[in-house]
Amino acid sequence: MLSHLRPAIVSMVLFTGLLGLGYPLAVTAVGQAAFPAQANGSLVKDKAGKVVGSALIGQPFAGAAYLHPRPSAAGEGYDAAASSGSNYGPLNEDYIARVKTDADALRADGAGAVPVDAVTASGSGLDPHISPAFAERQVQRIAVARGVAPAKVRAAIATATEGPTLGFLGQPRVNVLKANLALDAALGRAQPPAA
Amino acid sequence: MDWRGWAEIVSTIGLTLALSWPFGAYLARVWTGERTWLDPVLKPFEAFAYTAFGVDRAKGQGWVAYAGSVMAFSAVGFAFLYGILRLQNLLPLNPQGFDGLSPHLAFNTAASFVTNTNWQSYVPETTLSTFAQMAGLTVQNFVSAAAGLAIAAAVARAFAADKAESLGNFWVDVTRIVLYVLLPVSLVFAIVLVALGVPQSLAANTTATTVEGAQQTLALFPVASQEIIKQFGTNGGGVFNANSSHPFENPNAWTNLVQIVAMNVLSLAAVFAFGRVVLARKEARALVAVMVILVGAAAAGIYAAETMTPQPAMIAAGVDAPVSMEGKEVRFGAASTASWAAATTGASDGGVNGMHGSFTPLGGGIAMFMIQLGEILPGGVGSGLYGMVVMALLAVFVAGLMVGRTPEYLGKKVEAREIKFAMLAVLILPLAILGFSAMAAVLPVALAGLLNKGPHGLSEIMYAYSSAAGNNGSAFAGLTANAPWWNTTLGIAMLLGRFAYIVPVLAIAGALAAKPKLAPTTGTLPSDGPLFVGLLIGIILILGGLQFFPALALGPIVEHFQVLAAAR
Repeated sequence: MLSHLRPAIVSMVLFTGLLGLGYPLAVTAVGQAAFPAQANGSLVKDKAGKVVGSALIGQPFAGAAYLHPRPSAAGEGYDAAASSGSNYGPLNEDYIARVKTDADALRADGAGAVPVDAVTASGSGLDPHISPAFAERQVQRIAVARGVAPAKVRAAIATATEGPTLGFLGQPRVNVLKANLALDAALGRAQPPAA
Repeated sequence: MDWRGWAEIVSTIGLTLALSWPFGAYLARVWTGERTWLDPVLKPFEAFAYTAFGVDRAKGQGWVAYAGSVMAFSAVGFAFLYGILRLQNLLPLNPQGFDGLSPHLAFNTAASFVTNTNWQSYVPETTLSTFAQMAGLTVQNFVSAAAGLAIAAAVARAFAADKAESLGNFWVDVTRIVLYVLLPVSLVFAIVLVALGVPQSLAANTTATTVEGAQQTLALFPVASQEIIKQFGTNGGGVFNANSSHPFENPNAWTNLVQIVAMNVLSLAAVFAFGRVVLARKEARALVAVMVILVGAAAAGIYAAETMTPQPAMIAAGVDAPVSMEGKEVRFGAASTASWAAATTGASDGGVNGMHGSFTPLGGGIAMFMIQLGEILPGGVGSGLYGMVVMALLAVFVAGLMVGRTPEYLGKKVEAREIKFAMLAVLILPLAILGFSAMAAVLPVALAGLLNKGPHGLSEIMYAYSSAAGNNGSAFAGLTANAPWWNTTLGIAMLLGRFAYIVPVLAIAGALAAKPKLAPTTGTLPSDGPLFVGLLIGIILILGGLQFFPALALGPIVEHFQVLAAAR
């Protein structure tokens, strides 16, 4: 056994140095130099240069003039330091009750059918996207809140809409943060909701 | 379901298969010590390593010595990782100032990463320092994978040998696999992932003031460097709690494709490499066919389940739901999530891009069954190959019983000793899964961890022990596993699933190596055609089904009928 111990210890020291420090630091150096935007989390800044979020990470929106994201099970909702899904099974009573409450609340605006992503929490709780159907369902509300024609809202949302990659990988989607920034850019900054 | 979904599933598996063939040719060269195009750069490092280890690279090891080296290597790795996790508060690169882990959590996590399982009882964002992620977890992501591939190389040599003692040298195997295979590929594709949007930062987090004026703390890490080896080494331990459903780990369809392919390519390449080393390429292709057929069937089954099962919650709420979306990301949807789920449970990877615990009962049930089939479809890197070889030995044994001849596989007579060890290895899985599940199903201390009641709760328990014993690492994550009972028993299940399997496998390899290599005769069962593929699939499904269907009937299967009843 002792003859195995020396190579075991020495190899672990060497591998820790090479793979645990050398390798990640090398990738960090190259990544930060060649792709600084991505390497630091694809941060989105406003005109003043202040960070308003990440293009990859969902954030909460409650104002009527903004596109709303999906429900979130990350912390208190869109907690980007506590990613999580709900992990509810399909027959869980709390899950069934939550879906019903959310669907009823959405339907109160009379905007028609509720798409499935509007009442389900994502795996990460940080899903930055909603389906085009869920976005379309919110156009009327945003247009009224901003006092503009729905077509202008649709045009802004379209700038943040993507189809499946190569036509068949993944799903069509609307990036909520990008769409809301596009709305603000095109139609003026919305008033924050009353607290 | 739509054509896009099917196209995604078929193209993903097809691309993986296409890449694994040339990769297998390269891996075979690394196993056999032939020249590779990286030699000019890496030879000096390799030579230095052997000097430092005090190892004579030309000296082979018998199976006992080889197994001893595997155990010593893993034990030292365990001690290192356990120490780092317990003491991370005293170590550098801890920007959030996290405390050391509790003893039971550190035991579970160290067992998890040393056994290539990567079960996560912890929430990384709020538990682990950057140093622990890099110097602790990332290192084991590499070396536990390398150990699996080393054992696969030893098994390949055993079949190639003619009355030999040696299975090769573990230290040489592990070093060459790290230097020539895992490290270069990870370096290149980590940077590809950064380019595609995966962060790579030493900063702990960054704070944003959201459009509506709230504060949002964005957890960062050196994500990309860990992400690629997490998949490429079939580890699966996420940098974040939500694993690859987290947009920083897996931001888009491209990163998703890279990661699914990375998850299975090396396991399949190991089989092609096996075929080259043993001079049995056709027979290796048959093993690959078995793997691809079953993983493809699982992907199709999960995709169908997730898009066709009625959803009582949606019916009650009056929502038209063509897809089960709880726990899934909009950018992926059902097809990306289904092909991922099949690949990750077939491959002992355990990373997830959607929450398996929120799948439909049959979707989650197929994922669980894939793990219970023994993690051989295509299995962990290296471990999938030797697991499949054990199944092939059982298949030729059963066929031999039917026709009354001494079975042979790849020119080696399969006799009582090999079959005894094969059964010993195969029985570890049901023992650890069903034994622990039975205990947990009645003990209040275990049941306290469940989120969901009824059959889904039983599924949470069984999935956890299947995942641990199969060294997978994914979860029905409603289970809160960071408690002494779960951390301890799951840790033990992981160690059993890894080492109580490896030792019998190496014993088989030792016995086979010592036998003469026979030429096939007219009485030999051909192990390269559709007949053998069918036989092997049958053995795998019957063995897995007999062991686990009674228990599955009480979990996902009965839940499926409950769902149908509730949806009526």
